[in-house]
Amino acid sequence: MAIVSRGFFGRRGEGDVKLPPGQYLTHDFPVLSAGPTPRIGLDRWEFTIDTELGETHRWSWADLMALPSETPTLDLHCVTKWSKLGTGWQGVSLDVLMEDVETAAEYALAYSYGGYTTNLPLEDLLDGKAWVAYKYDGDDLTPPHGGPARLLVPHLYLWKSAKWVRGIRLMNEDWPGFWETAGYHNYGDPWLEQRYQGD
Amino acid sequence: MSIDYLDGNALAGPLGELFAVDLTVAVGTCAGCGNSGPVAGLRVYGPAPGLVGRCAGCEEVMVRLVRTPDAVWLDLRGTLSLRIPMPDDQQGG
Repeated sequence: MAIVSRGFFGRRGEGDVKLPPGQYLTHDFPVLSAGPTPRIGLDRWEFTIDTELGETHRWSWADLMALPSETPTLDLHCVTKWSKLGTGWQGVSLDVLMEDVETAAEYALAYSYGGYTTNLPLEDLLDGKAWVAYKYDGDDLTPPHGGPARLLVPHLYLWKSAKWVRGIRLMNEDWPGFWETAGYHNYGDPWLEQRYQGD
Repeated sequence: MSIDYLDGNALAGPLGELFAVDLTVAVGTCAGCGNSGPVAGLRVYGPAPGLVGRCAGCEEVMVRLVRTPDAVWLDLRGTLSLRIPMPDDQQGG
């Protein structure tokens, strides 16, 4: 009799999927919130990138829609230990938004409608690693999930994927964001289980 | 629109882990708008990734509390003051 069951290793498509340490698989899409859900009309929505030299690059909703988009399929890992795999999105790569932005900054601070902030190294936003996403599963992104548009940085814990994203500030110095100043890890790599400061 | 927060009594347990007095009856003054009221009257979001208590007047963050495996992080920078009711120390002699 086999002493190691198939279930120990799991099955592809469900249990055979390798999850980051300490995570469990979920099929629903939990909503975690640190404040009231902002409702932003598309007519007043804008996204900006501010550089360390004081230059501002600005996109309206129509500007964003006019940019080439991608439809990545992404695995999401929340610091509260759920992971959701194979989620379908549509959005604009940060590589496209950064194309005409001249910067030597090493750090980025994403900020949101509602006041949320989160920090990360600029290089984590580039080279196909991050998007400003506006459709989930083929539909417009709903406000509870960050609509009309949210940042997606799926290789880091999901708190780095700022909902209701309004802009990104590029800086020479690292500036810890909302959860990073309250005990959570400054970088947040799920595969290294960097949940809290000191991990 | 559904209400997506709890009242400040949701802070009683986590704060009770830290303080000998019941802080939910303390009167907090918001550093954002100056509004004063009992901590129990805050709008509390969470509990995960952390508890976020917001002013019922202006919705600014007054308190954040994160429980990590080995610590509690408490941020009160949005609270200008806390008036904590205490028994009259003259009565004790």
